[in-house]
Amino acid sequence: MRLLKLVPDHTNIGFVRLRYWAFALTAALTLAAAALVGVRGLNLGVDFVGGVLIEARFPTSPSADQVRTDIDRLHVGEAALSTFGAPNVFSIRLPLPAARDEGATNRLINGVESALKAKYAGVTFNRAETVSGKVSNELIRNGLLAVFLAVLAIAIFSWLRYEWQFGVSTFVAIMHDVLVTLGFFALTRLEFDLNIVAAVLTIIGYSINDKIVIDDRIRENMRKYRQMDMRALVDLSVNETLPRTVMTSLTVLLALGSLLIFGGPVLRGFTAAMMLGVIVGTYSSIYVSSSLLISLGLTPQISSSGKKSPSGPSSGAERVR
Amino acid sequence: MLDFPRWKVIWIWLLLLAGVALAVPSLMPESVAGRLGLAGMPRINLGLDLSGGSHLLLEADTADLAKQNLQRMEDTIRTEMRRGDTRIDIGDISTAGGRLSFFVRDIGQLDAAVERARTQTQAVGVTGQRDWNVNVVDSTRIVMTPTQAGTADSADKAMKTATEVVRKRIDALGTREPTIVREGATRILVQVPGLQDPAGLKALIGKTAKLEFKMVDMNADPAQVQAGHAPPGSEILQFAKDPGEPANAPPRYLAVQRRAILSGDDLINADLSRDDNQQPAVSLKFNPSGGRKFARATQENSGKLFAMILDNQVLSAPRIDEPILGGNAIIHGSFTVDSANQLAIALRSGKLPVALKVIEERTVGPQLGADSIHAGVIASIIASVAVIVFMLVTYGRFGVYANLAVIFNIFVILAVMALLNATLTLPGIAGFVLTIGTAVDANVLINERIREERHRGRGVVQSVELGYKEASRTIFEANTVHFISGIIMLLLGSGPVKGFAVVLLIGIFISYFTAVVFTRMLTAGWIRRNRPTEIHI
Repeated sequence: MRLLKLVPDHTNIGFVRLRYWAFALTAALTLAAAALVGVRGLNLGVDFVGGVLIEARFPTSPSADQVRTDIDRLHVGEAALSTFGAPNVFSIRLPLPAARDEGATNRLINGVESALKAKYAGVTFNRAETVSGKVSNELIRNGLLAVFLAVLAIAIFSWLRYEWQFGVSTFVAIMHDVLVTLGFFALTRLEFDLNIVAAVLTIIGYSINDKIVIDDRIRENMRKYRQMDMRALVDLSVNETLPRTVMTSLTVLLALGSLLIFGGPVLRGFTAAMMLGVIVGTYSSIYVSSSLLISLGLTPQISSSGKKSPSGPSSGAERVR
Repeated sequence: MLDFPRWKVIWIWLLLLAGVALAVPSLMPESVAGRLGLAGMPRINLGLDLSGGSHLLLEADTADLAKQNLQRMEDTIRTEMRRGDTRIDIGDISTAGGRLSFFVRDIGQLDAAVERARTQTQAVGVTGQRDWNVNVVDSTRIVMTPTQAGTADSADKAMKTATEVVRKRIDALGTREPTIVREGATRILVQVPGLQDPAGLKALIGKTAKLEFKMVDMNADPAQVQAGHAPPGSEILQFAKDPGEPANAPPRYLAVQRRAILSGDDLINADLSRDDNQQPAVSLKFNPSGGRKFARATQENSGKLFAMILDNQVLSAPRIDEPILGGNAIIHGSFTVDSANQLAIALRSGKLPVALKVIEERTVGPQLGADSIHAGVIASIIASVAVIVFMLVTYGRFGVYANLAVIFNIFVILAVMALLNATLTLPGIAGFVLTIGTAVDANVLINERIREERHRGRGVVQSVELGYKEASRTIFEANTVHFISGIIMLLLGSGPVKGFAVVLLIGIFISYFTAVVFTRMLTAGWIRRNRPTEIHI
């Protein structure tokens, strides 16, 4: 049986040679993303800003303006409308009612629902959510904290396990992945809610997985070829792991792709974020984090001195050549 | 390395098959599982985003609680200082700044006043700390400040009772399986699958149960009472069902006077305690005006019965042995620790001990949930088929092994989730997809390594051995990192993030096992049997 081969054996692509271009591109992408987030902001969901969300499914597809006018007539504050998955499914976001008593949000939701029911026969309501400002503040704080601590912990792990350069390059590359993903959300105005925080954490997990595999190989080669030039060594390591990188990224993209297409609207933003994260993460593993090791001055000599401190099961140095 | 003893092989297969068996009930609808006699098997819970239902997050108003405590202490101090043979004159009581302060008119009585105030404080926890600090300032003024431990303790007690009250009220809804759990120090999470009317739920939770104390009509004829005929001025009430009582036990009735002697507002606390003979009993504590009313009623009705009535059901009807004057009563009789505790909770749960505010509310229609599941299942099947075919055309025989590993992986994750009674949410499903991605990655790493070693000219057996060894190390490192981020998500995340982390963490352990141990076993078996001189990978 002839097996499919995605990447030819013994590739010898000069990734490192392109590193200044890669650094420039990465810096540009990161800055652009940060600027986008800063200027346009994220379309934060009710999870994060507090408010009322009603999802309505209309039998026909009314225009958003018409629905908005109908809601404006109730004087419940400015409604933000967007279609959700299908043209006849609207998510309607409203500010929290001014009256802070128990029944206020119920009256608001019931008011909107009965007004829409009267106007559009056969409309159904999929869900209604109310999150107070207090909870939403906590959620955004915990969400940010979770992301930041996860990245920091991973960087520290890389540092302790390998050399400090690995920690720094991993940190830089992951921050790039996270920022670019956030930039994507700022650009597309896809709703950013708690589910997306989970997606961002997954991207971090995936991206770090990629980097660990390559870093692991770099370290292994550093011990194997003590005299090799660092640039050649990084290129060799990236090339050696290239079949795996391509294979895994494609498999994950394949799975996520089917989730994106067939998984329904609820998961769409989530899946889109993860797919983008996989692509960006793979790019930064190949072009950024490993090349950055060179710029940070990592050489095989450093490693051989570091080898004196035994590092668990990973001391593959006893491999004979 | 390629040597797998038979017992190990048997254990691995048993473990995986057990996983499949345990996962199966969760994969079929509840009704089908019930018909096959699998109803008792552990199942995965579906989160509200999948099953539809209502979710409320309630928060206690702690400021209100502190105010109540202060108010109560003020009442207590006023009563205490007036009690007994030597009345202590106090004045200028103030509760400003969250502290209770008052002035003792006769300096000579200051020590006695401090002593009386101290006896009203209680020890909290094991350290012997009191719930209030009593200090003298300016030699004439006593200041009582709630301690941190005391505040925390009272909040904790109030939350326990509040959770119990909420649970009771929701249980009254009937057959659904609600989740009512405390979250953190001051919150209660309520989830009711299938309920589409959060307004009704909120009304139910906010409802104040009516607790009343009434005298039993001692002149009523028992036969007439059982037949439902009440004497003039009285009414017939039913006894509350005991949880231990058989469902078909005949209802018991009691005739009580229509006029209540006390209402639930007069009761400050009810607790499990011990009587003089160290038998379980229930202690009641009334507020000053309740204490006075109770004293009068017991003086007039010594020897008679009084009934404690919650929402028109009689909880208990003890006999009044003697006038009870101090505002504290003990009900004793034939209690067990459990039944005394139950009565105390029932009395306490007359009303919420602290105001609860709804701070988060979500309702998911059943249609959306069903659509999401449907789409999720379809997407998962397509994704699985795509990945399986892809692995097969890339790795041949080794792809088959990897696919088996991934399939078992899915079943075992479901089994572990069912055993842990974990909840599967939409992000959880996505976490699932990611886990499968990393499980595939582990096999890719192994296979690529074997391929590499083979290209370097090593023998078949040696290539496989080295491939597993080197790849396992990398997989271990990568999984450790995944584990770290999973733990952080679990600790810091809320709701969806947590649901995601649970699946991720479970998946890490299982995928390591299926990817590294299980496929190695299959490969080793094949190599031992066939002694191949070449491998296609």
